[in-house]
Amino acid sequence: MFMSNSRQNKIRNFCIIAHIDHGKSTLADRLIEKTGLLTDREMKEQILDSMDLERERGITIKLQATRLVYKVNGEEYILNLIDTPGHVDFNYEVSRSLAACEGAILVVDATQGVEAQTMANVYLAIEQDLEIVPVINKIDLPSARPEEIKKEIEDIIGIEADNAPLISAKEGINIEEVLKAVVKYIPHPQGDEEAPLKALIFDSFYDSYKGAVAYVRIKEGSVKVGDKIMMMSSGKTFDVNEVGIFVPGPVPVDELKAGDVGYITASIKDVKNCRVGDTITHANRPCDKPLPGYKKATPMVYCGIYPAEGEKFENIRDALEKLQLNDAALEFEPETSVALGFGFRCGFLGLLHMEIIQQRLDREFDLDIITTSPSVIYKVVKTNGEIEMIQNPTNLPPQSEIEYMEEPIVDARIMIPNDYVGNAMELCQERRGTLINMEYLDERRVSLHYELPLNEVIYDFFDALKSKTRGYGSLDYEFKEYRQSKLVKLDILLNKEVVDAFSLIVHESKAYSRGRAICEKLKEVIPRHMFAIPIQASIGNKVIARETISALRKDVLAKCYGGDISRKRKLLEKQKEGKKKMRQLGSVEVPQEAFLSVLKYDEK
Amino acid sequence: MKEVKKLKKIGLYIHIPFCYKKCSYCDFISFKYNDQNIDQYVKALLKEIELYSSRLKKYKVKTLFIGGGTPSALTIDKMDTIVNKLYKSLSIESGIEFSVESNPGTLTKEKLEGYLKIGVNRLSIGLQSFNDRILNSIGRIHSKEIFLRNYHTARDVGFDNINIDLMYGLPGQSLSDWKDTLEKVIELRPEHISAYALKIEEGTRFYDLYLQNKLHLADEEEEREMYHYTIETLNKQGIVQYEISNFAKEDYECEHNLIYWNNEEFLGLGLAAHSYLNFCRFANTNNFEEYINLLNNGKLPVSTKENKSREDEIFETMFLGLRLTKGVNVNKFKKRFRLNPLEIYKYKLDKMIKLGLITVDENSIRLTRYGMDVSNQVFLEFIPE
Repeated sequence: MFMSNSRQNKIRNFCIIAHIDHGKSTLADRLIEKTGLLTDREMKEQILDSMDLERERGITIKLQATRLVYKVNGEEYILNLIDTPGHVDFNYEVSRSLAACEGAILVVDATQGVEAQTMANVYLAIEQDLEIVPVINKIDLPSARPEEIKKEIEDIIGIEADNAPLISAKEGINIEEVLKAVVKYIPHPQGDEEAPLKALIFDSFYDSYKGAVAYVRIKEGSVKVGDKIMMMSSGKTFDVNEVGIFVPGPVPVDELKAGDVGYITASIKDVKNCRVGDTITHANRPCDKPLPGYKKATPMVYCGIYPAEGEKFENIRDALEKLQLNDAALEFEPETSVALGFGFRCGFLGLLHMEIIQQRLDREFDLDIITTSPSVIYKVVKTNGEIEMIQNPTNLPPQSEIEYMEEPIVDARIMIPNDYVGNAMELCQERRGTLINMEYLDERRVSLHYELPLNEVIYDFFDALKSKTRGYGSLDYEFKEYRQSKLVKLDILLNKEVVDAFSLIVHESKAYSRGRAICEKLKEVIPRHMFAIPIQASIGNKVIARETISALRKDVLAKCYGGDISRKRKLLEKQKEGKKKMRQLGSVEVPQEAFLSVLKYDEK
Repeated sequence: MKEVKKLKKIGLYIHIPFCYKKCSYCDFISFKYNDQNIDQYVKALLKEIELYSSRLKKYKVKTLFIGGGTPSALTIDKMDTIVNKLYKSLSIESGIEFSVESNPGTLTKEKLEGYLKIGVNRLSIGLQSFNDRILNSIGRIHSKEIFLRNYHTARDVGFDNINIDLMYGLPGQSLSDWKDTLEKVIELRPEHISAYALKIEEGTRFYDLYLQNKLHLADEEEEREMYHYTIETLNKQGIVQYEISNFAKEDYECEHNLIYWNNEEFLGLGLAAHSYLNFCRFANTNNFEEYINLLNNGKLPVSTKENKSREDEIFETMFLGLRLTKGVNVNKFKKRFRLNPLEIYKYKLDKMIKLGLITVDENSIRLTRYGMDVSNQVFLEFIPE
């Protein structure tokens, strides 16, 4: 055991746990404001959510850290606030940030109380031995019921909530109390500054000038410019050329010591050498063993990402590599599709994660991509006894070689107000769910525990749940086991040719309805051509659904407006631009949209 | 005389942007008829003509077309002033085609006689439909009776080249309505018929109604039936289709419009008029005040200019020429560009022949009937990469 020193006594490393919309980002802003770190002008609406995408969706994806300086009773404290994402897909990222902290502020909405999502993250935090500091937010709302919520926190989570600050992050009420509670209840970091360096990478990003920037929590020892460091997973060494802290922008400092949160740059050019979860130590004086591993993130959903017309394969690879740096959960490897050419099979934590990566490729890298139907990993037991794990429906062996197939089943916990129990159960039933139990948390709140096939969850389940519960439903799931199931490969044929990018594996009972839905959807989004196009869904050689896009009847500009040829030409050019964005599949031109539309479940 | 032959021949278009009432389908720039506006406008137009007199020394006008708007809304005096100015300022061949567009609701015997006197030899009348209910619903100011009276008057005073403008696919118009209109028009034996499919343009009354789902339009199938019926019937009657929307008795094709489709040069004068001269497409401002002010200050009212590359010219020649039933003439194309279209477009042509969109023979590339229905799809193929 090391004695903590007086420097460490003045440090608090913490994060904020909250359900989506319960006010985490707003509270973070207030804490920054209160500690006088920035001028008003610099104060953007929500500082921690720096990516446009996050702001737009109102959720936090990428972790960031901010150093706050808080003065109380003549003492100056360094409060390192580490941001965590709040969605079910990002448990892994949450666990990374939690491991860098000693405590967590739990924000609970004074009107809505404890939500399923909150619970999942609270348990993660408790597992990591973090001190939980509950805070009750939105007390300015007329429907706030702080006393009930306090009781709920105590009953459901089992932590003391009597002294929980009652605040309104939006109105800036009682923010000081939160800071006081952080200092009072969250333990300061410990760790021997003289011991060999042991630094945890909890996030990273790629800077085109500095290379990979590692966000670190120094657990033991210290690090400064000029040190030779080593990544413990690979043994690769680098020379440190900058260490610094976040205020919230990066500011270089001389040295980071045990207990500090900051960053390290070391001209790490290859993004693979700066993996989140790794431990950094000194090359010539390494620590004995790496920090206990993070909860390993395993992708559960796969899809193909291909360059759209006119986009380069290499650009997508570079972008994925850069994204992977910040996102250890993202996996990808090259693959080829008959319809789409060269591309990548990518693994994601869930559908939202997939959507976010797609959008980041679009917005941050300005890439035009096509995404294929998402798939989970199926276990195929062949007649010759071999076992294959299949992520891409195209790779499924012929039916005759398959003895049986297994699909991943998840344990899903759905929390809803009791008014929506019927709706939620109906949805789970439709999605082949098995009810394990149902529990009333109080008079209003119900927790449903279902076993659901993951391939049902990845098709829009969360959106469907939200819409069937007016946004109140929350979902948390984790992998349970592989289970034998009657699965079939559903092929989609355009103009009599199979489009491999549309193939998917579905449960036998769902094949007809999915086949029909996809054919209908494709009929809607594929423009008419100069010939009729049959769209068919088939299992093996058996066609189970069919639609026909009739031939284009009319596409003509009747009149030449007084010699305005330019206008005509522009119309044609615009039309051509639209066509260019289409993907040529055999003789059929398919808009990008078609690939997306197959992803949606669209229940009638 | 030798010198005259060297002059380049162009079409001349004059735009008259005034109407008594805007039709529900029309998105042209036009202003409500009022004497003060018109005085201002004609004055400016005369200045514009003047400005071109020195610039067009090397050109000779081979067709004249006064369009609108409603040119027939102008008094014959105003029209006379404009035409006089044209003949004084520009070199105009004698005996050329000289068209004026008219709304039957604005014609009188005196006006028609006046037109003949100032040299108009081709009268275009906007009838649109022979059904009064439809005429009313599309915002026309005339009835079929007024049209008939003026048509006959025009014949009586001596017009021997008359075009009738028609529209099909109008709201509330059935196939039998359209057949009826065609039949009655054929009885009149006009030299030329333009039959346009209604297109809902932004900024029109129809567009608003369309958005509110209040337009009862024929479905595409029925509309195409109207079109195909038109082609068959008129061809049979000797008013032969020569362009996607245009039909004429032999030798009565509109020479002025052929200039557009043959991608030849023309000058447009007046508000928002378009021109194509010397590898440049340019257009006048569509802002009334600006048009007047610029000309009052002795400046040309041109607001947009686009220089055309050889590639552009080739593409435009293709897509304009394909609008004609006789198509793009291979020899003429070769002569103009020193390229063989059958070679440079070989791959594309083969593909489109297979799809039944075009036919090709030694000297022409033409749209098929189906190609005419989906002509944009064909034109797209020729856009330079």
